[in-house]
Amino acid sequence: MIHFVLLVSRQGKVRLTKWYSPYSQKERTKVIRELTGLILTRGLKLCNFVEWRGYKVVYKRYASLYFCMCIDQDDNELEVLEIIHHYVETLDRYFGSVCELDLIFNFHKAYYILDELLLAGELQEPSKKIVARLIAGQDSLVEAAKEEANSISNIIAQATK
Amino acid sequence: MALSGMRGLSVFISDIRNCQNKEQERLRVDKELGNVRTRFKNEKGLTPYEKKKYVWKMLYIYMLGYDVDFGHMETVSLISAPKYPEKQARSYSTCMLNENHDFLRLAINTVRNDIIGRNETFQCLALTMVGNIGGREFAESLAPDVQKLLISSSCRPLVRKKAALCLLRLYRKNADVVNVDGWADRMTQLLDERDLGVLTSSMSLLVALVSNNHEAYWSCLPKCVKILERLARNQDVPQEYTYYGIPSPWLQVKTMRALQYFPVIEDPNTRRSLFEVLQRVLVGTDVVKNVNKNNASHAVLFEALSLVMHLDAEKEMMSQCVALLGKFIAVREPNIRYLGLENMTRMLMVTDVQEIIKKHQAQIITSLKDPDISIRRRALDLLYGMCDVSNAKDIVEELLQYLSTSDFAMREELSLKAAILAEKFAPDLSWYVDVILQLIDKAGDFVSDDIWFRVVQFVTNNEDLQPYAALKAREYLDKPAIHETMVKVSAYLLGEYSHLLARRPGCSPKEIFIIIHEKLPTVSTPTIPILLSTYAKILMHTQPPDPELQNQILAIFQKYESCIDAEIQQRAVEYFTLSRKGPALADILAEMPKFPERQSALIKKAEDIETDTAEQSAIKLRAQQQISNALVVTDYRPPNGTPPPVSSLNLVKVSSTSSNSDYNSVDQGADHTNGTVSKSDSQTASADLLGDLLGPLAIEGPPGAATSEQSVLSGGDVPSAADAAAIVPVQDQPNSVQPIGNIAERFHALCLKDSGVLYEDPYIQIGIKADWRAHQGRLVLFLGNKNTSPLVSVQALILPPLNLKMELSLVPDTIPPRAQVQCPLEIINLRPSRDVAVLDFSYKFGTNVVNNKLRLPAVINKFLQPIQLSAEEFFPQWRSLSGPPLKLQEVVRGVRPLPLMELANLFNSCRVMVCPGLDPNPNNLVASTTFYSESTRAMLCLVRIETDPADRTQLRMTVASGDPTLTFELKEFIKEQLVYIPEASHGPTQVPAPAVPQAPVIPPDDPAAILAGLL
Repeated sequence: MIHFVLLVSRQGKVRLTKWYSPYSQKERTKVIRELTGLILTRGLKLCNFVEWRGYKVVYKRYASLYFCMCIDQDDNELEVLEIIHHYVETLDRYFGSVCELDLIFNFHKAYYILDELLLAGELQEPSKKIVARLIAGQDSLVEAAKEEANSISNIIAQATK
Repeated sequence: MALSGMRGLSVFISDIRNCQNKEQERLRVDKELGNVRTRFKNEKGLTPYEKKKYVWKMLYIYMLGYDVDFGHMETVSLISAPKYPEKQARSYSTCMLNENHDFLRLAINTVRNDIIGRNETFQCLALTMVGNIGGREFAESLAPDVQKLLISSSCRPLVRKKAALCLLRLYRKNADVVNVDGWADRMTQLLDERDLGVLTSSMSLLVALVSNNHEAYWSCLPKCVKILERLARNQDVPQEYTYYGIPSPWLQVKTMRALQYFPVIEDPNTRRSLFEVLQRVLVGTDVVKNVNKNNASHAVLFEALSLVMHLDAEKEMMSQCVALLGKFIAVREPNIRYLGLENMTRMLMVTDVQEIIKKHQAQIITSLKDPDISIRRRALDLLYGMCDVSNAKDIVEELLQYLSTSDFAMREELSLKAAILAEKFAPDLSWYVDVILQLIDKAGDFVSDDIWFRVVQFVTNNEDLQPYAALKAREYLDKPAIHETMVKVSAYLLGEYSHLLARRPGCSPKEIFIIIHEKLPTVSTPTIPILLSTYAKILMHTQPPDPELQNQILAIFQKYESCIDAEIQQRAVEYFTLSRKGPALADILAEMPKFPERQSALIKKAEDIETDTAEQSAIKLRAQQQISNALVVTDYRPPNGTPPPVSSLNLVKVSSTSSNSDYNSVDQGADHTNGTVSKSDSQTASADLLGDLLGPLAIEGPPGAATSEQSVLSGGDVPSAADAAAIVPVQDQPNSVQPIGNIAERFHALCLKDSGVLYEDPYIQIGIKADWRAHQGRLVLFLGNKNTSPLVSVQALILPPLNLKMELSLVPDTIPPRAQVQCPLEIINLRPSRDVAVLDFSYKFGTNVVNNKLRLPAVINKFLQPIQLSAEEFFPQWRSLSGPPLKLQEVVRGVRPLPLMELANLFNSCRVMVCPGLDPNPNNLVASTTFYSESTRAMLCLVRIETDPADRTQLRMTVASGDPTLTFELKEFIKEQLVYIPEASHGPTQVPAPAVPQAPVIPPDDPAAILAGLL
């Protein structure tokens, strides 16, 4: 199972974290510190797996961003490596050629998409098309709620004039 | 594209990004957090949109690494949110939380309403939240609803796939929730699912289920094979579920994983179909240009390899696998090489392929020099696994060579593995000595004490080896800068055996002394005693005596007689006195006797380490996971961790005979302070390694010298060993493990609070955290191993009294080094009683068996719920409960004198709530509480205390409730609390307090007797 997902930039700035196993706040900070130290220093042509504290961390660098997922010793590493790529492709499809800035300013969207892809530390949906459809559905719900709120506050505003 | 987003959030993020330095960033963050807090306080003004925005701001701040206190106000305002944006925000606010946060507990009900409600969107949000963060309590209250969604025919796939994984999470938290009749059949039906999203999720659930209990799910096996066939032949898989042309590689991998949990496949047809699929994968996977396609197809290929290894049937297929792996470990692509090495190591464990793998030895050694540490680690593991007598010399020499260039992160593991292989497969012993000395020379910092202890043991036990070892040690001393461990081992060896070299050039006693003494200024305190012993031995071996050398050495002893380190000082004093004994010296300092044969501490250590590394086959690992559902949290061991400090207590105990009587009295005292029985067996025949090696260095020569020498030291004033032994109480054994702190006091403290330490000794700490709800309780035992070696044969038995129903989850047999194991204990209170449950706990550390019977603080007051009553409620009740047996009165004497305020506090901490102002007399207290048990349900209890301001040691107590037993038991309990005096047990005048009778030795097999003794 995937214990956590971590997105860090080359400078070590955290862009997204998602924890599927219980870690206290202190442990989380420690994990991030240790892993950024371990992964960011690795050369380009090395393999995508790092052994760490009895777990394995599968990571891949896309431009300036490192996508890391921590799994159990005997999990299938390549499968997880392609889950990472699957996530990146889904992000790419949603944002249209995604870049780090997209993920900084719309980090909540990155969370929404991740939650359609993974649940309980396991892959939930292998189809990019379906994920895209679900996220579009969510977006329209949010829009609808916003409009409704606006119209209600308009009505209230007019009524109290 | 709906990227409209939240403007406030974007502005905030830009602000943060524009901060010049960390300080500015912190100021901006603090400002924002203050803003969020005030906004949530005046909740009225918050729209759902704003709430959502603030949650995301907090999440962003949290991600930057700041502490975000997700407060009460935020919690309350999000919990019952009716609108989509708020619900969404609630779901994401959990990203900041741990699964034990109060917020989640409060949210269970609302979440459940969403799950059983009809709104699909809300269902999805709720399932996502529970699936990502739900804990045990969620499992208990939500599992049936989630199960219903999963198998419902009216739900759409988007809900059902979430339900499957949500159920998986709940199952991981509490395996019982899926143990429902007929669930296996439902799972089988689920595997017919056409929607691949639902099927993938269900397969993950199935993997978890079969990993725990494959027998129940036999009927799923043929379905899994069918799915594989369907995917592998690429039949009707929708376009969107192919990944780079491969039909859902993830589902293929998951299905093959599930199949690995079934021990055999009996049905010949199923078997044939499966082998066909596997054959197709093994042969049909080609290396292609596209990285992702390559990865995906190889993910499937490696899973197929594991499955073939697991089935271990077709010889031809196995050799196909080995051939493939041989190809993989030679490719340039690092991922494939890494996995090739990893799977080859796994294969070693499963089948007899050692000979074929040996052919690849040269290739594997190349990988040991790879620039990538991940690959080097795999290569090291593989070399270690494939080593045997035939190739040990090559492999170990390769490892030694690599040691000087390897990076620090690997050196400790590398040196340990080299040492073990050298020991296991040494063609001759001198080679073994060479290897270990080289190891110390090249990587002294990473060679643990165990390694040099072991070489000393070997040399001591093999006479032929002694001159050779001494000569080698002498050679290393000529090197300009040597590691301290090398100083230790060579000083020890030369002290013992340098006389065997006496005729060689440069090996006269004097020269040996000079070259060792040169090192003394450079070594640390623990090494000095070893050097002193060496000097004493050299002195003894110098025949005829050399007066000049003697004076030199005596001067050194004299110099250290006032050393601040007790060990050094003692040795110096002893050796100084001894060296004046003339010929008697030769007896006392004679050569060390042989060590008893024992299992190598190194190999033991390696076995422990192996459990943490990838050495085991997946199957073994899984088998282990099934043994216990207790959570094991292992601390990370630093790569160059310092070896455990030499246990000075042991050394002192062995060597300091003159202070024997002091120790005895200490031991005695400690034994008396226990309220419980502490028993500790030790097999003195093989005391621990350090004691053997370092302890006897100080004095012990041949057995029997000890007594005479003792009288030498003490000048005949101190009783001899036999007399000293007479002081020792019978039940006290020399190596017994003494608890730290007073067990009885710890127990009493835990009666009044819900978490704390129950028991502690030098090896283990048992902590407790309890959670009480009405007549039920959940108590978690935290068993923490304080040492760097594992505690084995761990056993915990609960001896519940008749009034409690208790269920302890499985306790693992072994607690890994520096790890903590949590064992939950479920408690149900059946009826009122003061009887106490006992935890019969034992473990083995080294050769010590420690057994303790500990009272568990599941006492009557834990099932009380304080309740505040008004005068109108209190008095009618008080009057209606008239006279015995429902209302009992007693004058209690010998009470701890407490001011009234503290008395009230004591009651409150016992969960009996003092109701101020009900009794007109200010010297009296009136209190009330509710008692819960299965037989009485909720039962109101009333207490009145009348104190005498003139004499605080006595008071009159009246207790009333609707149940005669409860009234009596509660009265007795309060009385115990009032008269319990914790200081009494170790005061200078030891008067046994009648309230807490000391438990004498109790036959361990009779729970009733134990209970009686404890109470």
